[in-house]
Amino acid sequence: MSNRVAISVSGLTKQFGDFTAVDAITFDVKQGEIFGFLGANGAGKTTAMRMLCGLSLPTSGKANVAGFDLYKESENIKKNIGYMSQKFSLYDDLTIRENNRFYGGIYGLTDEQIKEKTQFMLKHLHLESQADTLVKALPLGWKQKLSFSVSMIHDPKIVFLDEPTGGVDPITRREFWTMIYEAASRGTTVFVTTHYMDEAEYCDRVSIMVDGRIEALDTPAALTKKFDVKGMEEVFIQLARKAKRSDN
Amino acid sequence: MKQFLYFIRKEFYHLLRDRRTLFILFGMPVMQIIIFGFALTNEVKNSRIAILDNSKDEATTTIIHQLEASRYFDIVENLNSYSELEPTFQEGVIRMAVVFPEQFQSSLLHTNAAPIQLIADATDPNVANTLTSYASAIIMDYQNSMRETKAFPYAINTELRMLYNPQLKGSYNFVPGVMAMILMLVGAMMTSISIVRETELGTMEVILVSPIVPIRVILAKMVPYLLLSMVNIVSILLISVYILEVPINGSLTLLLFECLLFTLTALALGLLISSISNSQQVAMLISLMGLFLPTVMFSGFMFPIENMPIPLQLLSNLIPAKWFYYIVKDVMIKGTGLETVWKETLVLVGMLIVLLTISIKKFKVRLE
Repeated sequence: MSNRVAISVSGLTKQFGDFTAVDAITFDVKQGEIFGFLGANGAGKTTAMRMLCGLSLPTSGKANVAGFDLYKESENIKKNIGYMSQKFSLYDDLTIRENNRFYGGIYGLTDEQIKEKTQFMLKHLHLESQADTLVKALPLGWKQKLSFSVSMIHDPKIVFLDEPTGGVDPITRREFWTMIYEAASRGTTVFVTTHYMDEAEYCDRVSIMVDGRIEALDTPAALTKKFDVKGMEEVFIQLARKAKRSDN
Repeated sequence: MKQFLYFIRKEFYHLLRDRRTLFILFGMPVMQIIIFGFALTNEVKNSRIAILDNSKDEATTTIIHQLEASRYFDIVENLNSYSELEPTFQEGVIRMAVVFPEQFQSSLLHTNAAPIQLIADATDPNVANTLTSYASAIIMDYQNSMRETKAFPYAINTELRMLYNPQLKGSYNFVPGVMAMILMLVGAMMTSISIVRETELGTMEVILVSPIVPIRVILAKMVPYLLLSMVNIVSILLISVYILEVPINGSLTLLLFECLLFTLTALALGLLISSISNSQQVAMLISLMGLFLPTVMFSGFMFPIENMPIPLQLLSNLIPAKWFYYIVKDVMIKGTGLETVWKETLVLVGMLIVLLTISIKKFKVRLE
């Protein structure tokens, strides 16, 4: 992890009519860092993440992603980030190879690069024999890992993962986190939202959002110490209990 | 550009792997043309009729023979009195009855006035009209043949000529109609569904995060259905020309150009539908209720627009299929060129520009 800043956010706000989904959040994410973005349902974390990915326009505030201004240089941001949505984002009726070709293609990779990346990915995930299998025939855990690899096909500086491990078994989750660590060790910044508090412990730093504001931001160890509890789960519960907003 | 090609290739994978939909898309035009061509015709053949002959002379026998000899009528009942008429109609055995008065031939020869009564079951008014006019025509023929032997002092003859469709084939009318229906359905419904499916799957988010320009996403979604529609146009035209014997009297190039124009309009409508619907079912319902039904009702191919109340006539101007239907009829059947259809063509071009502008603006670059 270097000291260079990958994401810099200040006073970022999103309002839907009278409702302030994200209320002037401010934070920095360092390059190569695994940044856990926590919060109860409806706390505003998905909205915040979507703004950083350019899927949603902020109402006010400033943000710089991968060295580019969110308002003025969104095209450059798009080239330098990867995104894995909450919904599973590969095409069921395409094979692994075809999914790679499509996603590599829309990121402007050459045929050579796509081929190379696909070979590497298949080998890494031990899926060589399944390259021409339709994705719908694969188990969910594999799909999830594949989906993560596809979101990294263009070697982005930052990858945004929106609840990437929802609905998969603990072993797959562990394997998934190994992949996240590998990505981070290669210098990719990982911005991840999750509901699993054991996963929060794996992050370099975590922020906890309550009612659209960031209530805590530090390393998991520092946070447990500060709140004088055993683990992140209790930190989270103490903070989330203060929420006035219920599920949206 | 390469980005765009990758995208189109992916769209073709979706299309080609969904065998059932593909079968429907290619099979539908063939099925519809065949159903309309052979099963659903307005032409009347072998209609069952009854005869009540109160005269039984040479003249009535000849007329009855001629009625029976025509392919339009089957004489199934010979009635003996008026009282039998009503029950026979009520049983549904016959569609029409021909009644000759007593002393038919002698009144014809001596008073020059011999009425024949045609009684038709008008629960279906169109059929009733057709049957009575066929029967009248046969009776007129008989009268004309008599005129040759016996000199009548005065006679007015009406001579009919049915322009462009001398055999009065229904297919001349429905081929353009079916083309409008198919192109609208394939274009609008399939495009809207394919875009909404990406939104449902969550893949649209991933695409929008990527650097691909939204206009390319839109175009890549349209290209496969444009090609598919062109295949359908060709198959409809081939069936029409070679099986149904509907000619292409005008310029084929102009006809294909107009088809392309209409297809693009349908694709733009599909795009618009996709931006206002949030699930595939909604997109399909809007396409069916909002496009397919109006296309059938207001293009003029099922129901003549001239007979509609003024507000509906005005409304029909908003339906692209109406203009397309005019154009195809003119170019294909009448054999006229751009000089007669330029106004309709301009209307379609205008609709296309307006629809494309609105739908590209509405296409959600940012998912709120």
